[in-house]
Amino acid sequence: MNFPILSAITFIPIIGALFVFLTRSEKDEKNSGAIYISIFTSIVNFFIILFVWYSIDKTTSDFQFIEEYNWISGFIKFKFGIDGISILFILLTAFIIPICIFSCINSIKTRLKEFLIALLVLETFIIGVFCSLDLVIFYLFFEAGLIPMFLIIGIWGGPRKVYSAFKFFLFTLLGSVLMLVAIIAIYWISGTTDITEIYQTGIPSEYQYLLWLAFFSSFAVKLPMWPVHTWLPDAHVEAPTAGSVVLAAILLKMGGYGFIRFSVGMFPVASEYFTPLIFSLSTIAVIYTSLIALMQKDMKKLIAYSSVAHMGYVTIGIFTFNKQGIEGSIVQMFSHGLISAALFLSVGVLYDRTHSRLIKTYGGIVNLMPKYSFLFMIFVLGTLGLPGTSGFVGEFLVLVGVFKVNYLVAILASIGVILAAAYILWLYKRVVFGKMENIQLKKIKDVNLSEAAILGVLSAAVLFFGFYPDPLFQTVNVSVDNLINNYNADIQQNITLKK
Amino acid sequence: MLDLNFIIPEIFLTLSILIFVIIGVFIKNSFEIIYKLSLFLIFLLIVIILSNNDEYSKIFNESISIDMFSIYSKILILTSTFFILFISKRYIIDIKNNKFEYPVIVLLSILGMFIMVSSNDLIVFYLGLELQSLALYILASIDRDNIKSSEAGIKYFVLSALSSGLLLYGCSLVYGFAGSTNFETISNNTQAFNVGIIFGMVFILVGLAFKVSVVPFHMWTPDVYQGAPTSVTSFFSVVPKIAGMAIFIKFMYLPFREILDQWQYILVFMSIASMILGAVGAMAQKNIKRLMAYSSIGHMGYALAGIASGTENGFKSTLVYISIYLVMNIGAFGCILLMKRDGKYIEEINELSGISKNHPLISLGFLVILFSLAGIPPLAGFFAKFYIFMSVIESNMFTLAIVGLVTTVISAFYYIRIIKVMYFDDPKKSFERFTDYRIHGPIIISCILLISFFLYPSFLNDIVSKIIIF
Repeated sequence: MNFPILSAITFIPIIGALFVFLTRSEKDEKNSGAIYISIFTSIVNFFIILFVWYSIDKTTSDFQFIEEYNWISGFIKFKFGIDGISILFILLTAFIIPICIFSCINSIKTRLKEFLIALLVLETFIIGVFCSLDLVIFYLFFEAGLIPMFLIIGIWGGPRKVYSAFKFFLFTLLGSVLMLVAIIAIYWISGTTDITEIYQTGIPSEYQYLLWLAFFSSFAVKLPMWPVHTWLPDAHVEAPTAGSVVLAAILLKMGGYGFIRFSVGMFPVASEYFTPLIFSLSTIAVIYTSLIALMQKDMKKLIAYSSVAHMGYVTIGIFTFNKQGIEGSIVQMFSHGLISAALFLSVGVLYDRTHSRLIKTYGGIVNLMPKYSFLFMIFVLGTLGLPGTSGFVGEFLVLVGVFKVNYLVAILASIGVILAAAYILWLYKRVVFGKMENIQLKKIKDVNLSEAAILGVLSAAVLFFGFYPDPLFQTVNVSVDNLINNYNADIQQNITLKK
Repeated sequence: MLDLNFIIPEIFLTLSILIFVIIGVFIKNSFEIIYKLSLFLIFLLIVIILSNNDEYSKIFNESISIDMFSIYSKILILTSTFFILFISKRYIIDIKNNKFEYPVIVLLSILGMFIMVSSNDLIVFYLGLELQSLALYILASIDRDNIKSSEAGIKYFVLSALSSGLLLYGCSLVYGFAGSTNFETISNNTQAFNVGIIFGMVFILVGLAFKVSVVPFHMWTPDVYQGAPTSVTSFFSVVPKIAGMAIFIKFMYLPFREILDQWQYILVFMSIASMILGAVGAMAQKNIKRLMAYSSIGHMGYALAGIASGTENGFKSTLVYISIYLVMNIGAFGCILLMKRDGKYIEEINELSGISKNHPLISLGFLVILFSLAGIPPLAGFFAKFYIFMSVIESNMFTLAIVGLVTTVISAFYYIRIIKVMYFDDPKKSFERFTDYRIHGPIIISCILLISFFLYPSFLNDIVSKIIIF
């Protein structure tokens, strides 16, 4: 048996967290031991995952690096495995977490050690979600992520942290319990919860509709889709910067990943049946939340609403069931992970200096913070999908994909692109340009070295994947082909069965 | 093998109790020695019971059945009693309740439970039940000078006596219509629809439901939990529940298995009602013991859902559920017993405010236990619920499953409210700092068990799967 590399990448962070837990926290001193350990573990994990990405066989759609252990004897196996789609999300996770750790060292003032532990534990759970090939294991990691995120929002959050943390926790939990019912039902229907086996045998189409809805309730809350998105702005606004980054960059992607892997993969017939529902909810999300974003006074809230709008493209893309659409939405998720993380970090930079997230506090900082303004601009342009940034690639492909399927949706979704440009450029104009009216801003300092490094790395990634997105496509290409082929085969089979 | 050999634990327990009483009478201030002897006795009993080499038998004219089921229940009862006595010593001494009667009465109630869970006959069952209940009445009011404790004792006594009366009436009806008090004979003599037996079954259900405090027979629980001393509350919340659930399973699957269709929907109703009431009732509570009372009502609702599924997997998942439940509750009460400030024990949830700053490890432990009680993966509480819902959905009871899972969300609210108070609120004066391995040990053990359960989640299933009732 090969070296269990997936278990390693999943559990390295939690082992690191254990060591952080064991460090002594001297009072009022910076707990440098904890910081070094957590940076070390997360970066080592990132490089291991880079290696996995490099060594994964990109010419086959089979699951690779499969690990199987007996778990609940008799019926559930602990099964790990990845394909081209999941490795991208794992890579994103491992890339974002070290950035969060770097950024929180300066901005988290109290209980830094606990914060690092929470982040590392969260990393384990998120990677576990993307690695698991068994529904129960998937559910386990999917839900377990709630605990550290709840604590991150609640302990280190802003003034309305309690409300937001509770809303986040209860919304997501309520969405997920129905998925648990569905998972158990799948076990009794098909006799297994192993995803690969379910892919092969398929689920009888008469059950698919209800099961699809149950899974949908969970992923729609997590993604989030309109109208169950309301927890997201609250959670983003109150969470500390690193928390918002994890939430926007990775946690939301679990919903999109779920749609691809489970809704489309396991319930093709129901997915086709419910496509109009998804399309209408997504177009509403794209337009409505973009309009709301226009009206926001709080920068974090604006970005949060823009996340909902961008996730709308993701769902539209997935449910086009063609190659452009699905690959586009995967790239869109990847690039949104980079860009939204960067935007929240940029807001965090300002917040650390002035302790205000309101747009009207700022204005005219371009003269005092030229470097910051430049980096911020890259991410703003990425958000609106300017060619040359990674945001463009995903959005463009999604729109190409959906034009093949449905003109109306495509046109409505394109309006969202214009609206995105409107709200994000207006935000940039109000914050960076204009006259400096707030006297307190006179003392504001430009980004320091570590902030510049973090934002610089992110902007490099955004530009790199904007100009050369091919590595992403190479990774997902075969897996997406396979997904679409299986989908079409199942749909055909269902039609012939009906006749 | 002689019949008596099978009930060596019971005989041993009875004799020891008598000896303890004599020691207690002749030696002054004998709480310490009796307490230690009782712990030792419980340990010995565990060893004796475990040393049974799979020799099962029905003895005394088939009125007592020693089998895997009764052994499993007895082990659960003994381990939980051991740990509860362990964690409550400091509290008992602090409230000056260190009389030698305390451990003796606890042992007496265990004796009753032993007889109850191994009974295979209505009369033996009733005998055990009453022995257990009488001991529990005294325990509830053991803090004589405290008016609330006395009130709790009286309340519990009056209501419980009533329910015992109903139960006995049900037993007599069943005997009248089935012609026997033996469980197997009853089941053999029962036709699918026999009004007399159904009547008797309903009365027995009332009595049993009262003992495990499921809705609508839960009214006594919050008051008794709040009024009784915390050490007794922790006992109440775990041990009688295990015994009650065990005998509940036995009744439903043995004498009444032929009328499954009649009792199934009663149980579904009771289960749903308990889950909802447990979740909603606990929300506004300020007293943590009262909250635990509602929480235990809710948990009994989940446990009952397993029985209500009416399958073999169903009762097994219930057994797994109560096993995990006892670990969580012992840990939780360990934490509650640490809430002491200026020499007084505190029961208000608000007083926990910000203790994560002053007592980081304790609050971390409590956090794990509360998330587990709420059933959040990857903690053991999730698996408990998972197995229950596995068996519920196996019997196609989707309503029960969905209601149950939605109530987990509602009940998660009040568990995370405690976490919010501990972690998000501003700190108050810290609690008394003491390290007592008697309390900290069980909390740590329970946390480790709850966290590491996911590594080998079929640990309990493997044991339980050997149990055969019918």
